[in-house]
Amino acid sequence: MKHCEYQQIDPQALSTPTPTLPPQHAVVEEEKGETARRKWEVFPGKNRFYCDGRIIVAQQSGVLPLTLGLILVTTVLFFVFDCPFLLKHLTVFIPAIGGVLFVFVVISLLQTSFTDPGILPRATPDEAADIEKQIDNSGSSTYRPPPRTKEVMINQQVVKLKYCFTCKMFRPPRTSHCSLCDNCVERFDHHCPWVGNCVGKRNYRFFYTFIVSLSFLTVFIFGCVATHLALRAQGGRGLMFALQESPASAVELVICFFSVWSILGLSGFHTYLVASNLTTNEDIKGSWSGKSGAEDTGNPYSYNNIITNCCSVLCGPMPPSLIDRRGFMPVEESSQTVATEIELAAKNEINVCQLVLCLSVFVCMAHHHPPLGGQLSGLCSVLCWLMSKCTQGTKDLLESASRSPCPQTGKPQTVSTSCPDSIDPADPAVTFNPAVTPDPVAVPSLKCGGRHHSHTTSPPDEPRQQHHHHNRHHKTRSTQSSSKRAALHISNPAYNVSLSPPTSPGLGPSHATGAEDHRRDSFAALH
Amino acid sequence: MAETHNMQDLHHQAAVASKVYVQRDYNSGTICRFQTKFPSELESRVDRQQFEETMQTLNNLYAEAEKIGGKSYLEGCLACMTAYTIFLCMETHYEKVLKKIARFIKEQNEKIYAPLGLLLTDPIERGLRVVEITIFEDRSIGSGR
Repeated sequence: MKHCEYQQIDPQALSTPTPTLPPQHAVVEEEKGETARRKWEVFPGKNRFYCDGRIIVAQQSGVLPLTLGLILVTTVLFFVFDCPFLLKHLTVFIPAIGGVLFVFVVISLLQTSFTDPGILPRATPDEAADIEKQIDNSGSSTYRPPPRTKEVMINQQVVKLKYCFTCKMFRPPRTSHCSLCDNCVERFDHHCPWVGNCVGKRNYRFFYTFIVSLSFLTVFIFGCVATHLALRAQGGRGLMFALQESPASAVELVICFFSVWSILGLSGFHTYLVASNLTTNEDIKGSWSGKSGAEDTGNPYSYNNIITNCCSVLCGPMPPSLIDRRGFMPVEESSQTVATEIELAAKNEINVCQLVLCLSVFVCMAHHHPPLGGQLSGLCSVLCWLMSKCTQGTKDLLESASRSPCPQTGKPQTVSTSCPDSIDPADPAVTFNPAVTPDPVAVPSLKCGGRHHSHTTSPPDEPRQQHHHHNRHHKTRSTQSSSKRAALHISNPAYNVSLSPPTSPGLGPSHATGAEDHRRDSFAALH
Repeated sequence: MAETHNMQDLHHQAAVASKVYVQRDYNSGTICRFQTKFPSELESRVDRQQFEETMQTLNNLYAEAEKIGGKSYLEGCLACMTAYTIFLCMETHYEKVLKKIARFIKEQNEKIYAPLGLLLTDPIERGLRVVEITIFEDRSIGSGR
């Protein structure tokens, strides 16, 4: 991405020309007796940075390697085994088109993963104090402050702005706090584990390009492979003969067949969202569908014209990154950074602890897991459980490790997405739950994870609810786990509704096709 | 530059008395716009008209950056066709306008606000959330005047 460095207006440095090259600035800093530190090094969110701040990814890469791997493997197999035949018998355009699509897919995937999705930097202490002062002037003086909201009128509609306790500011409209990344993201769509990053204002167009080009690629490969096999099977030789001659084609066929439905479905869904200028988050929550009352609450951000909506979402001006990762820290803030450094060090330690505990629990679970049928599904479910566990805080992990690996008790674990104003790095905010229970046999091991579904958040929930406004991707059935697919986007209804009735883990596994309808129904059922 | 030297003197001699924050105005949606309401803390410091004019110009500049029109569509379509790789080589329209805004704020500070003991912070440094106005105590007599 093109890099612009916005230097802080430092009163002492005003006489120096502002767009200085980093080395010069570093020299200036060193002269003051401080080594220059870039802002990404003290970034408070749970992101990781590479290439000296140029590349930003979420804390966990999710299944990005899997996504990349599947795409690469399928395309390489296609080029190696199918293209020569098709080149000879059909046309040279086939590998050319395949190549172009593949390049588009990989580039847009990498851009989606490595671009800042629109993270809002946290409020400075002075700002936070100013906002607090304003709230206290008008608000109550109860011990536990009520949920802080501010109402604004957008396009003749009342929109509530919520206060983010972690970032200490009122969130702009359409902004949501991602608990996985611990950042407020503008125009938050969802956190996508397949790309290993949030999808927000800045990278939504890359994400859309990715899924659309992936749909084309999948359909294209599927069609070409089918043609290839059909051509080989000509002359009465039969399909089996063709498959024997080209076994790789069978692999590609299987992968493409299972992925094409979900990817096409996802592309269709996002095309609908783009055309109506909605985010996945808003669509899931039904913010503008008038679910709450009879009044017709339309989307205040829509231009009521499909073409204008599409253009503004996909072709609008590219907003800049607000977090200025590669900027240098001003010298005065070194004392503040010491505090954040300690926090970061603690965070890193806790992550290491989490990993160690995860591994030990995994080993334990594998040992205790009853050797019944469906080992693969069992392992997959364990992996899913593990992934969810790894997003928990150390405390929860310790608690669960001290209990038996497959607790059959009815005691619910508390998901401590609690006091959102704690910038406690161990603050878990579990939102990913392995809802996939493809095999009833694997249920005992999943009960641990499954119980997360039935968690209820204890009151007050308003601040917590803010953290659950992102959708979860759903891994489709593990029997089809070998397919590459972009996941479905559903929210965890249990979090969005602070009701007691435990939702069954069975809410989770909905099929790839038409999952959006299932999602809506399941969501509606809870309301 | 004489003006910046005066500003430096001002900042060396003055201490930060308080900070005033002008919040975003979301009535027109998610576009970047700041409230033009005159903060009460600046009553004694700066002319209301002048301040509102500065804010209005700032809002107009941001509107220009975010304008959806022929040029931005062209940029967007071109970017899409090159799989967004042109963002690696080309500066976007938004970034160009942001540089313009930075120059505007610097100029306003030098010409108008520094002599009054105020400093406007570029909103991009606060994540486009607020316009931070730092009010300096005026200890020295002859600074910047």
